[in-house]
This record gives sequence, C-alpha cells and structure tokens, in this order.
Amino acid sequence: MMEYAIDVNNLTKKFGNFTAVDNISFNVKRGEIFGFLGANGAGKTTAMRILCGLSFPTSGKGTVAGYDIATQSENIKKSIGYMSQKFSLYDDLKVWENIRLFAGIYGVPEKEIEPRTEELLKTLDFTSERNSLVSKLPLGWKQKLAFSVAIFHNPCIVFLDEPTGGVDPETRRQFWEMIYEASDRGITVFVTTHYMDEAEYCDRVSIMVDGKIEALDTPLNLKNKFRVNSMEEVFYLLARKATRNE
Amino acid sequence: MKVFLAFVKKEFFHIFRDPRTLLILLGMPVVQIILFGFALSVEINNINVAIIAPERTETIRQITNKIAANRYFTVTGIYDSEDKPAELMRREKANVILRFNHDFNPFVRPVSETQMQIITNASNPNTAVQETMYLQSVINDYFREKQVSSVTPTISPVVRYLYNPGMQSAFNFVPGILGLLMIIICTMMTSVSIVREKETGTMEELLVSPVKPINIILAKMVPYFALSCVNLVTILLISRFVLNVPVSGSIFAIFGISLIYIILALALGMLISSIVKTQVAAMLISAMSLMLPVIILSGMIFPIESAPEFFRWLSCIIPARWYIAAMRKLMIEGLPITYVIKEIVILCGMAITLISISLLKFKNRLE
Repeated sequence: MMEYAIDVNNLTKKFGNFTAVDNISFNVKRGEIFGFLGANGAGKTTAMRILCGLSFPTSGKGTVAGYDIATQSENIKKSIGYMSQKFSLYDDLKVWENIRLFAGIYGVPEKEIEPRTEELLKTLDFTSERNSLVSKLPLGWKQKLAFSVAIFHNPCIVFLDEPTGGVDPETRRQFWEMIYEASDRGITVFVTTHYMDEAEYCDRVSIMVDGKIEALDTPLNLKNKFRVNSMEEVFYLLARKATRNE
Repeated sequence: MKVFLAFVKKEFFHIFRDPRTLLILLGMPVVQIILFGFALSVEINNINVAIIAPERTETIRQITNKIAANRYFTVTGIYDSEDKPAELMRREKANVILRFNHDFNPFVRPVSETQMQIITNASNPNTAVQETMYLQSVINDYFREKQVSSVTPTISPVVRYLYNPGMQSAFNFVPGILGLLMIIICTMMTSVSIVREKETGTMEELLVSPVKPINIILAKMVPYFALSCVNLVTILLISRFVLNVPVSGSIFAIFGISLIYIILALALGMLISSIVKTQVAAMLISAMSLMLPVIILSGMIFPIESAPEFFRWLSCIIPARWYIAAMRKLMIEGLPITYVIKEIVILCGMAITLISISLLKFKNRLE
C-alpha cells in the first residue's frame, strides 16, 4: 500500500519563457485534507492540472494515487474526482441523470448506481428533487451535489478547485462538513481556496508564491513559525514577496 | 460503448430540452424552402403597364387586351398624354410604359420603331430587361397572329428549356437550401454545443474523467447527424410534393453525396470548436466565414460563372459549391452518378482533409 496519495519531486512547467511552476516538491498523505494556497497567478491551477493529467510537466517527477503523472495519466483519471471552480454539472439534465452520467463515466458498476443514488439523495435530503433540472436548484445545493458527484465513484483523491466561491457562509460550513466526511471515508482531499478561514480547516497547507512553494506545514505550525494569529496574516506575509503580476 | 451511448443520450437531452433550438432546427428547412420556393422567386410577376395612345384604334385596343390577358401583366390604363403614366412610374404604380405614336398603324406601311416605344424603370437592370423581353414577346405574338411580316423576324428559333421546362426558380433553390442548411445545422450547432461545454466548465470535468475525448466529440455529432438526415428527408419531400421539384436522379446517389457533405460539415464544426473559446465566437465564425460564402459564392443564388475571376477561384474552396452543383445534376437534371464523380472526389478530399486537421488540432489535453 502506498504511503502518499500525491508525491511530487522537482516539478516544473514552462510556457515558452514563462515558468508557471518552478521546481516544486511536496507530498500528500492518504486521507489528508491538503490546502493548496496561493494568490491568483501563483501557479496553483497549472500545478493542479498536471496532477489531474490534463497537462504534462516540463520536467520533474510525480505520482498521483501511485501512478506516474508522465506515463500513466489514464490510470490517474480513473482514481481521482474533480470539481472545478466553475459549477460543473449539466444544467439541463435532471439531478438523477447527472449522477447517472458521471457514475457511468467513472465506471461505477451498473448494479450499484441505482441504490447508491438513492442513498446519496437521502443523505443530502434531496430525494424530492431527484427529478428536478439542476438549473432549478439554488447555487449552494448545486455545489453540494457537484461535490457528491465528484466522489460518487469513491476516488482515491478528490481535487477541488475553489469549490466554495460565491457560496454563503452557512453552505460553506455544510460543504466543509461534507469534505470531512469524505476524508473520514479515506478519500484524500486536495483543495485550493482563497478563504483563509478554510485554510484553517485543512490538515496541512502549502502556500505558492511565483511558482514556488514558500511554506508547507500544518496551519498551527505556520502561525507559530511566522508568529502571527491567523492564516490570513501568514498568507499576507508570504504573498507580499510576489514579484509576478497576474 | 455503454458510456458512448450514455453520452449520445445526454446530447439528445440537451437538444430536446431546449424547445426553441429544436424548433429552429426542424422548422428552418420548412420555412426556408417556402421562402425560397414561393416568396423569393426570381421570375417577374405582376408587371404594371401604363399605355399611352393618342388615338384609340382597333389595333391598339387589341394589343392592350392581349397584354392584359397575359398572366404576368396588369394594364393600369390607357392614357392620352405622358403626364399621368410618368407620375405612375415615379410612384412605382407602373413598371413599364408602352407608348404608341399618333400615326401608329402597322398594317398600312412597315412599322418603324419610332411608332412604338417601351419605357422601363432600369434602376434594377435585370428586371428592366426581363420586363421588356416579356412585353416584346407578347407584342410579337400579336403581330405573328395577324401575319404582319414586317415585325416578325424571318427566322425564329424554337427554344427548349431543358430540365426545367416551366422555368421555375424553386428548381434552382432546393439544392442551394440543402447546401446552406447542412452547414448551419452541422457546423454551427456542433461547434456551438462543444464550445458551450468549454464555457460552462463541464468540458474540463469530462477531460479529467477517463472518457476518451474523441468519444465526447463523436457523441456530440450523432444528434446533429440524425437531425440533418431528418431535414434532408423533409426538404426532399416538400420539394417533391409541395413545390413539384422533380427528384429525377437516383435517390441512392442523392443520399450518398448528402452524407459526404454532412460529414464534411460536422468535421468543420469540430475544427471551429477547437479554435474558439466562446459560443459567440463559434457562432460568428460559422456565420461570417461559412454562411455568407455559401450564399454568395456557392452558386446558390448568383451564378459563379459571372463572378470576377478572383471569386471564381475562391468559390472552389467552398464545399457548398460542389455539393450544390452535384445536387443540381442529380436531382434536377437527373444525370447518372458518373457525371458527378468530380464533385464527389472533391467533396471526399475536403472531408478527409478537414477531419485530419481537426483531429490534429483537437487537444487531448487542455493546454
């Protein structure tokens, strides 16, 4: 059994002369909630795309769910879930049709789809909405549904790209409860966010500045190291160093 | 395969749950064919003729009756002076003025042209020429009946209009409409629907998933392919039974070449979707770079032969030109498939080129 869900060494991604990701190394333990922070343009999204198999690294090595990011992206794709910052279910499909479609895409066995859909709708308290079009749901509900769909196939890791943007605080709290539940089920959570209070909920966080990882530790250790009271201040101290514009 | 079918189903849902789009897709062929077939006819009808005749002789009365009896003409009246007809012409109440001189009498001595004059509104030269020709032929007919040899040409050729003896413009438009519609439905709709997923972010979700990207794209094409086939059948049925356009060639050949054209249009849609990022851009590119050239340069409305040389060359790269030409030969002229080999080869070549380019351009990874 592998020790790390994600293990990255000296990963670099260049676009022409521009180094979007500059020689980063880190690892994420299984079942961990890993916060991946950084200002806009720091290189988070590029790094995440490489991990998801959407983009090849220019140099460096890494494994995701035990598979090599350069050669085994097909295997990686089967072992991860992904939720992008744009809301990403189909608006003109019904709730159950969305669940079915994505369950099918990720190869959930036919027999299991039906009972697990019912179970999911029950947990989310969505049973009455199973036949509603997704476009009719409030944003917070959609977001919760999108997360549930992303982990429906029990992936090894789920990547969340700013999942709580534009969502009210109450829904954000519920959303984080769902993230904890997923983590309890053994799913590794890799999350980017701009909300520093959310960074406090993570087991460990990394902060990217200008393509490099400037800090990586538990929120408590980071606050102690920089002698401040909140992650917000840690972030400011580090992000101030940035020379790169967006 | 199962996943592929699930995707096809999803694409059909996208279309059927958007009734407006569906209505446009299925209603457009009917509307267009009726527009082009009935309303936008290039034949000239309802020509109003004002007649100036200082003296009302029997001959003039007979000519007037002859003109009035023709289905193309309406006589607004016989006037003594030029004032009233000139006013009618300015108000567009009269299209043509037929003027007889005061000494008009064709049976006494040879009629010279000065005895009779046709005045027409040449602000639209094409119509003016056609109106004049119609009117002249009606008058010539009259004199021929009366055996006035001086006006009848000594040799009169017998004209036969091949393939379209009734000279109906619908014959000309039906292949053109097919060529236009396939481009709109296959190219525009496919590219818009692929780009829509890029915009909403679902494409990213799909690319992260284990599904092969090519499956996603192929699944997108299936519904539009099906819709195009439905439209092809609809158009052929309406043309045959409502507009009475013959489907003289072999149905097999007509469908064969249409399928090649549909596939070509789908490949073009895929190519556009791999270049642009927004639905608006996809729509604009399809409309500007495809619809206008198809309408103007394909020979659908304006004959390519009379275009300047540069545009004649340009029209060669427009697939619709070849498709429309082939369909005219097959449908209207009823020629066997051997006469459209050139068009088929060109269309196949274009389709293969487009498919290869779009497959090369198609990004497996979102970079």
